[in-house]
Amino acid sequence: MDLDLLLNVLFATIRTGTPLLLIALGELVCEKSGVLNLGQEGMVLMGAVSGFIATVLTGSLLLGVIAGMMAGMLMSFLFGVLAITLVSNQVATGLALTIFGTGLSAFLGASYVGVGIEGITAWNLPFLSEIPLLGQVLFSQDPLVYLSWSIFALVYICFRSTRVGLTVRAVGENPEAANALGMSVFTVRYLAVLFGGAMAGLAGAYLSLAYTPLWSEGMSAGRGWIALALVVFASWKVQRVMLGAYLFGAASIMHLVLQGMGFEISPNILAMLPYVATILVLVVIASDAGRARLSAPLALGQPYRPQW
Amino acid sequence: MNRIELHNITKRYPGCIANQSVDLVVAAGEIHALLGENGAGKSTLMKIIYGVVKPDAGHILWDGQAIAIKGASHARDLGIGMVFQHFSLFETLTVAENISLSLPPKTDANMEALKARILSVSERYGMRLDPDRQVHSLSVGEQQRVEIVRCLLQDVKLLILDEPTSVLTPQEVTVLFRTLAQLAAEGCSILFISHKLDEVRALCDTATILRNGKVSGDCDPKVTATSDIARLMVGDETPLNENYVKAEPLDSRVSRLMVKQLSARALDAFSCPLRDVSFDVKSGEILGIAGVAGNGQEELLNLISGEQTSAASSVLFDEVQVGRLGPAERRQLGLGFVPEERLGRGAVPNMSLQDNTLLTAYQSGLLSAGGWVQTNRVVSYARSIIERFNVKTAGVSAPAKSLSGGNLQKFILGREILQNPTILVCSHPTWGVDIGAAILIRHALIALRDQGAAVLVVSEDIDELYAISDRIGAICDGRLSPIDSVSKVSIGQLGQWMAGDFNGPELSGVTAASQQNNERELSV
Repeated sequence: MDLDLLLNVLFATIRTGTPLLLIALGELVCEKSGVLNLGQEGMVLMGAVSGFIATVLTGSLLLGVIAGMMAGMLMSFLFGVLAITLVSNQVATGLALTIFGTGLSAFLGASYVGVGIEGITAWNLPFLSEIPLLGQVLFSQDPLVYLSWSIFALVYICFRSTRVGLTVRAVGENPEAANALGMSVFTVRYLAVLFGGAMAGLAGAYLSLAYTPLWSEGMSAGRGWIALALVVFASWKVQRVMLGAYLFGAASIMHLVLQGMGFEISPNILAMLPYVATILVLVVIASDAGRARLSAPLALGQPYRPQW
Repeated sequence: MNRIELHNITKRYPGCIANQSVDLVVAAGEIHALLGENGAGKSTLMKIIYGVVKPDAGHILWDGQAIAIKGASHARDLGIGMVFQHFSLFETLTVAENISLSLPPKTDANMEALKARILSVSERYGMRLDPDRQVHSLSVGEQQRVEIVRCLLQDVKLLILDEPTSVLTPQEVTVLFRTLAQLAAEGCSILFISHKLDEVRALCDTATILRNGKVSGDCDPKVTATSDIARLMVGDETPLNENYVKAEPLDSRVSRLMVKQLSARALDAFSCPLRDVSFDVKSGEILGIAGVAGNGQEELLNLISGEQTSAASSVLFDEVQVGRLGPAERRQLGLGFVPEERLGRGAVPNMSLQDNTLLTAYQSGLLSAGGWVQTNRVVSYARSIIERFNVKTAGVSAPAKSLSGGNLQKFILGREILQNPTILVCSHPTWGVDIGAAILIRHALIALRDQGAAVLVVSEDIDELYAISDRIGAICDGRLSPIDSVSKVSIGQLGQWMAGDFNGPELSGVTAASQQNNERELSV
């Protein structure tokens, strides 16, 4: 493999890993607060279609990105009302949200299939992008990639050394105790869920505005599910989410690379790689029940009803 | 000066009155006991003081000022600290992180300074704590210290402790009492909720006794007779016969249950491995195993009940190797099992008592030859449990979860005992059970023993183990102490065993009960 190809692969890995990173960061925060939202896939699709439509209508990519995030938040707010306020089953509600989002996005986007836009283009960071090799891979990306790094840093610092992070963890660990200490479990969980929605919506907008600037039905292609697995893979640790996102990103583009190098394997088999990897990761993690129990938020997926 | 005064506090819930015109006065620097059975209204009253429940009527004076406590954080601002029976800690956070969460937002800015404060406070009150340990790795006693230190860091003026000693070894109780006495001497008021009269007598200056939501009396526990206080707690109707007869000498009896060199690895980070546990329970005896929760009791019981399997020769019932058999097969060989967790393992919460009867008693002639359920027999079986064990319930079709803890425990124990087991294994048989029901349960266990059954009782309640066991031992960190006749094991010795010291010098020469009192009186 020559150097140019390697750099291209690394460049593409980051691009492909970015939506995974965004969704997984959102889901991580959400799960840290004890809420399991399986609606990621639906929220991503709604983010993608809303961002795309907004950009087509207004001609502004920025408004598109904002619209995508708003759509994701709206969807997650719906989830919050059902799963937090009305204490419905989180798993069932999340699945319903995915199905709902898939259908609604297809309906809304029906007349936009095949419409072309000018997508978000790369933005070479001054000076940094001129670093040999590294600059080409890391600092010649589009703005949303840089944004995803800033969000990553923010979440990392938040959980590492701020009271906000501690509060979110406390609520996901033992909501009754958190309530007894005077924290508002509802507020924390709503904010975490809304953050998760915003990230999923942003990831959707990234897909339809930057990654492949067009709208097609079901274009998220299971990324919401992969991101869910990623959070487990990362054992709910922020830094591992980033590692995992790029690993899965690499696995996703491997089939293009291998084809380019002339391997005689069906591209369909290779395209399955990231999904097979997801299943393997889940099996390996589940086999060590003790460790999983230590790292997962203890109250994950358990609805909280105030006692008094 | 009175720290807090409650006047005419009344709180009604649909269908019951939790507190009716309750008066309670706690002076500054006083250790005040709040006594009462389950459902007497102690928890509701505490929650009212802690601001999480609003009283329907009555008023509260704090340091002489009328006040309405608006919530838990308001209570903490006033200087009210509370140590719950079920700790409100976050297991995967460190001690320091747990404590910082309960402090006002601005004070935790510097984690290092907080750690230093935690260390100095915990040293000062003789409760060593490592601020960097994760809470799940601490013993229960240490977790309680975290709760107490957390209150102390907030300049507490009234510390409420809900049944704080139920999870501690005798030595830990001594340390706790010393700390509480020191706090009281510094002017902090303490409200000590308990149903253990010996402890109240050793520690408290005054006591208020609740029954059925009303104050049934106030007394000085150091002068009032224990039996009089117990009578105030339970009322006049309940018999209080606490004469438990020990079994005859055991030498010639056969071993019914034998456990030989049983080892098991820990299932996950929260459980404890078993290390080479061997003991036997003979026909006609009660063997008591003491220990602080989480030291391998659950694992041991799972291996005896058959929920987990082991090498075939590690567990024997009447000489039959059962280590590889499942729970149903072991029950067929005469095992009765009363797990610690009543709802979920002892009984299915949403199923009726009738159906819960069938769960383990189906082999007692409740099925026809073809395997059909004989509903009439099931109903009469369930009725006989309810009658014989005085279970208070709406009837056989009431769901298990509608029963109070004590009544459900009577039902589960009754279900097992009526099957005439040759081996009965029970975990915490009277945990959270009223005095009256506890006495009934203990007598039932003794009656079963006198029929020739081998009874194994695993409990954290040392007084109870001394009262009913014929031989006693302790489990710590998955290892079993030596086992000896109760008359030969002093409470100090047992405490050392519970703390894992199986070889230390025996503190002999005093009988168990009197030594217990001496130790506790010395400590305050």
